[in-house]
Amino acid sequence: MALLEVTGLQVEFDTPEGAVKAVNGMNFEVNEGETLAIVGESGAGKSQLVMAIMGLLAENGSASGKALFRGKDLMKMKPKELNTVRGRHIAMIFQDPMTSLNPFLSIEKQMTEVAMHHQGLPRDEARAHAVEMLRAVRIPDPEERILQYPHEYSGGMRQRVMIAMGLLCEPELLIADEPSTALDVTIQAQITELVSELRQETRMAIILITHDLAAVAEISDRIIVMYAGEVVEAGSVDDIFYRPQHPYTRGLLASVPRLDRVSDDELQAIPGNPPNLLELPSGCRFRDRCVEAIEQCSEKPPLWVSADGRVSRCVMEMEGGAIEPASEEAGGAE
Amino acid sequence: MIQEGILRHAATRLLGLIPTLLLLITIAFFMIRVAPGGPFDSEKVLPPEIRANLDAKYHLDEPLLQQYFRYLGQIMSGDFGPSFQYKDWTVNELIARGFPVSATVGGLAMLLAFVLGTLIGITAALKQNTATDYSVMGVAMLGISIPNFVIAPLLILGTAVYAGWLPAGGWDWSWQRMVLPVITLALPVIAYIARLTRGSMIEVLHSNYIRTARAKGLPERMVIRRHAFKPAILPVISYMGPATAALITGSVVIERIYSIPGLGSYFVQGALNRDYTLVMGVVIFYGIVIIVLNFIVDLIYAWLNPRIRYDEAS
Repeated sequence: MALLEVTGLQVEFDTPEGAVKAVNGMNFEVNEGETLAIVGESGAGKSQLVMAIMGLLAENGSASGKALFRGKDLMKMKPKELNTVRGRHIAMIFQDPMTSLNPFLSIEKQMTEVAMHHQGLPRDEARAHAVEMLRAVRIPDPEERILQYPHEYSGGMRQRVMIAMGLLCEPELLIADEPSTALDVTIQAQITELVSELRQETRMAIILITHDLAAVAEISDRIIVMYAGEVVEAGSVDDIFYRPQHPYTRGLLASVPRLDRVSDDELQAIPGNPPNLLELPSGCRFRDRCVEAIEQCSEKPPLWVSADGRVSRCVMEMEGGAIEPASEEAGGAE
Repeated sequence: MIQEGILRHAATRLLGLIPTLLLLITIAFFMIRVAPGGPFDSEKVLPPEIRANLDAKYHLDEPLLQQYFRYLGQIMSGDFGPSFQYKDWTVNELIARGFPVSATVGGLAMLLAFVLGTLIGITAALKQNTATDYSVMGVAMLGISIPNFVIAPLLILGTAVYAGWLPAGGWDWSWQRMVLPVITLALPVIAYIARLTRGSMIEVLHSNYIRTARAKGLPERMVIRRHAFKPAILPVISYMGPATAALITGSVVIERIYSIPGLGSYFVQGALNRDYTLVMGVVIFYGIVIIVLNFIVDLIYAWLNPRIRYDEAS
């Protein structure tokens, strides 16, 4: 059984302009100890997907579908039950470390409360544990620094604190929502490296959300490419990087700046913008931006699925794949 | 380390009080003198000899600047001088008599307003856009809009005249006589604090760090109490400085309606009678109270908000 099994997940936001469909029927699994990267442009729905799983959608958002964590549906849980999973078995770190820590509470308070609440540790034990975790994420002088407040930490250090806080209860799953996007490039590399090290040290599964396909190459096992709220392609890292099937994935790969290829050309970009989620186009959602678009793209593209878990949603045939009959909702690796 | 910083900040702030007060005294001194009429003008015109004697006694015959410096010297020693109107009283005595009464009523009103106001505000914020929210905030709007000289007589009619539960007015330091004035004073402040709290609480609840607290699996009650309360209360604290000053120095209307011997009536009486020393005394006293309360608010702010540090403020 997979650790997390998401089927038919939909997220909608009720806005004055109408219903915004942020996520349209996502299916995927995360296995124990596996790192899954979810890649896509801003607005592809990747953040809202995990917010829905964590029960953290904004008030105007609603989610349907299933998210089975160890066989129990997170979407059906009452707040009280959900709170026994969040922070304890699934931890989450967010995009903006500058605002994700409470500026009014010391790091000690914010960290110890997790261990005290979920594991019932007494304060001094929780504190010792927190110091240990801070050391594990390479925060210097953790005994001193735990007494400080978030404003005394830099952005990168705050994200380390967020990670340490997430790891306190040794969760089975860590969801990292663009953990390094808001940071300097050098700090980004450090955070990515840290996540990669922790991934090897702990046996924790990770869902890594990012718009930077290149950044996840080394640290993930599988990649899901999302576009306009649905999966367009999924597969192992090698498959995605060396045998991309979907024109969108190829576009993303082409737009990664490369040092190993000398080029006088400008940085490659995918033309156009993602579709308006208020009025999704019929047929393939990517077709307006697709350089390979043909007439058939105005009809709903089939979903190709292969035995080894590759997925592509395109009119073009995927090697070794067969059309999934229930293309409507499908979209994940088995 | 932090505490040392706060102490140093306190000292600097208290020193800064002196020029502020000096400015206040100067402006008030000349403004009340510029106002037409004087302390001894009344329907009966005094014989010129008596008038001259009076002026001489109170040094009103001296040039204005000389009077000003005389007054400055006098208040340096903490003496506000004799009242012109209340002949047997010094201004110090009048303040010493009126302030405890006003401060008790005002202080209790502020306490009540803070507790109820924040509770109502938080409740409304948590039930945002529900019937509870709308009705509570509607009542709060009424509380702000209806002036206290309307509410006070209605309260007296209801609880004192018809029901006979409470005395309609007067003062003897018993709680029964405090209830109505305290409630009347507190009502608009409750309403204002409730609205303030609701607004800031809603804002705080949408912040990223509250999302983090929820992602940590903390129960909602803990999220509110530990993570949201402090930041949500900050705007209320800064409002409370001047508001408390206004409340504890007495409200003329309330003191009139409930016949309370507080400080507020002296201020108005003093101004109307051109009782120079009384007006000056009360103005200076009011100034000191405001400055001191704002200073206390500053300290509370620093205590609540770790980002405000006074280490290098001086």
